[in-house]
Amino acid sequence: MQVLTFLLKRFGWMIVTVWIVFTVSFFLMRQIPGGPFNGERVLSEAVRARLEARYNLDAPISEQYFTHLWNTVQLDFGPSFKMQDFTVNEVLAQGFPVSAALGILGMVFAISIGMTSGVVSAVRRNSAYDYSFMLLATLGIAIPNFVLAALLIVIFVFNLQLFPAAGWGDISQIILPAFCLGAPFAGYIARLTRTGMLEVLGNDYIRTAYAKGLSPRTVVLKHGLRGALLPVVSYLGPAIAGILTGSLVLERIFVIPGMGSHFIEAAIQRDYTLAMGALLTYTVLLFVMNTLVDLAYSIIDPRVHLE
Amino acid sequence: MSISDHQQSELERLTKILREAHDVQGVSLWADGWKRLKRNRAAMTSLWILGVIVTLALLTPMLPLQSPIFQDVKNRELLPPQWDSFSLDIQIYDEETAGLEEQLLKVQGQDEEEYAQLSSLIEAREETHPIKLYWNSPGVLVTWMIQIRMAIFGDYCIPSIFGTDKLGRDVLSRVFWGSRVSLACGFIATFVSLIIGVSYGAISGYLGGRVDNIMMRIVDVFYSIPFIFIVIFIMSFLSSPGIREPLSENGIKQIHVFFLLIGAIYWLTMARVVRGQVISLKNEQFIEAARTIGATRMQIVFRHLVPNVMGIVIVYLTLTIPAVIRFEAFLSFLGLGVNAPDISWGLLVNEGVQVITIVKSYWWMIAFSGMALAMTLFALNFLGDGVRDALDPKLKNK
Repeated sequence: MQVLTFLLKRFGWMIVTVWIVFTVSFFLMRQIPGGPFNGERVLSEAVRARLEARYNLDAPISEQYFTHLWNTVQLDFGPSFKMQDFTVNEVLAQGFPVSAALGILGMVFAISIGMTSGVVSAVRRNSAYDYSFMLLATLGIAIPNFVLAALLIVIFVFNLQLFPAAGWGDISQIILPAFCLGAPFAGYIARLTRTGMLEVLGNDYIRTAYAKGLSPRTVVLKHGLRGALLPVVSYLGPAIAGILTGSLVLERIFVIPGMGSHFIEAAIQRDYTLAMGALLTYTVLLFVMNTLVDLAYSIIDPRVHLE
Repeated sequence: MSISDHQQSELERLTKILREAHDVQGVSLWADGWKRLKRNRAAMTSLWILGVIVTLALLTPMLPLQSPIFQDVKNRELLPPQWDSFSLDIQIYDEETAGLEEQLLKVQGQDEEEYAQLSSLIEAREETHPIKLYWNSPGVLVTWMIQIRMAIFGDYCIPSIFGTDKLGRDVLSRVFWGSRVSLACGFIATFVSLIIGVSYGAISGYLGGRVDNIMMRIVDVFYSIPFIFIVIFIMSFLSSPGIREPLSENGIKQIHVFFLLIGAIYWLTMARVVRGQVISLKNEQFIEAARTIGATRMQIVFRHLVPNVMGIVIVYLTLTIPAVIRFEAFLSFLGLGVNAPDISWGLLVNEGVQVITIVKSYWWMIAFSGMALAMTLFALNFLGDGVRDALDPKLKNK
């Protein structure tokens, strides 16, 4: 019951947020002097009239707003301005699975590398492992992912020739971008896990677990890790947002046809309907992800109450 | 006279307490924090590195660097790092101008026609002076600094030890000039976010009640808006010709709007933190005292409350600066931030990525700008961690 009200409340806030984003971007879009069709190419009067009728541009702005809002509520983002023969929905539907695969793999990298090195650092506190892992973690956090990607391309693609430079479809093509995507978050997660572990390992129940004769491995992985998981889970919300932004730039570097590269391309080409569709999709995505993270948090820690 | 004895001993006791109190030096939050920061070797090293980077960035026009925008595609395209010397031709130009001026003095009062011709020629030469050409019509201060540089170093330039780019421009001087924009962005945008966040949080926390509730709800809604995407969206509008031209006619560059935009999205956390602190402070006696002597609400907020939350504000500032610099680099990398002829580190990395080809990797195009960016962010992160540890009240006196 509590979960249900929580979800309903969140849904309500999501509607408010999406509506604000929609309204702001709609009016920004209409602020362009002369309208988006007067850009690079000069169109004949007849063609322009047809286009304007198609996009309903000669109606008063309030009517345009509500038509557009109604279409968006029905999940119809309209045709793309610049990519002929494609609707925004088609472009997004093509890009989404690609971005999702990249994002999930990046997240898997971040969590697995981050937690492993965090646990090792905490258990071997002040050892060479600890220092080098934490140095690497700070490096991972400090270096922007596009710089990392550029350096890795120079090293692994050109000098060692282990991976293809760019593209999509092959498993070897996804490893490098996913690693670059996950690296900063692996760094954060490693530091959070280490701090959490150190706090937990000093507790009495850990001493009890050792005292009753459990192996160190069981104590650390079964009793310690669970307690250290909380800060990591609460970090997942910002991490997901960061993964979404990170994929914008990595998809462009590695020429991956995901939602991110479509969005950036649309922003540069000023393809407003596509940019707006992607923007709304990102807003919803972020909201859903954050809600899921909050739910997961309350499941792991019964003391947390959903509001 | 037992009473007087009693008074005597009381006096002695009080004097003793007073003397003891005099010997104990009060330690302010800042002195204490600085002492603790000085013990943190990583943070101090970072502070030194940052000091050097900022100084170099400020002094860039006075360093004997090549022109960051002078192109020579024919002879200097994508040269690897090298030690071949390179010099400008400004002194020759100035000597020629001086020669013309001498001639002008000679014909003065003798040949009116030639005089007019010569003086207009000299004027034209001032307009097309190489300083304007090589440094993209710099402002007064930068021109002055470049003139100092010419007086000290003359035409000498540091060779292209970082190589040259696709258009034959010197990467070393581009990295130096790029640092100015990247760092300026970090500081200005952070300052904007500081102003908005602190005022918003302090006002919301001090007023409390329904106003506080509404103001914090707005922050909650803003938190769930993916601002990075919105900024990209807005930047794409700003770059459209219909918007950019009227703006630049009024002297507003895209980069200025960009500073403000970044500042305007990074204030949310600051507002929350400041509000929390203000709520815990506003019932203290010194606020009561201020109210008794008739201080207005705004005076209480900005004169009495805000200075007391500065500790935590500084901690958040050190975390915001690297985030902002990274964001600027990110947008410039995507081609939506700083535009040519302005230079920033993100733009340089982008140029480096663009020239990667199957045939040859021009590593120097990425390595140096990437390293400059990474080193700055690395140092800022370490310094931020150190400042947080130093000013965190939980760690006080440990």
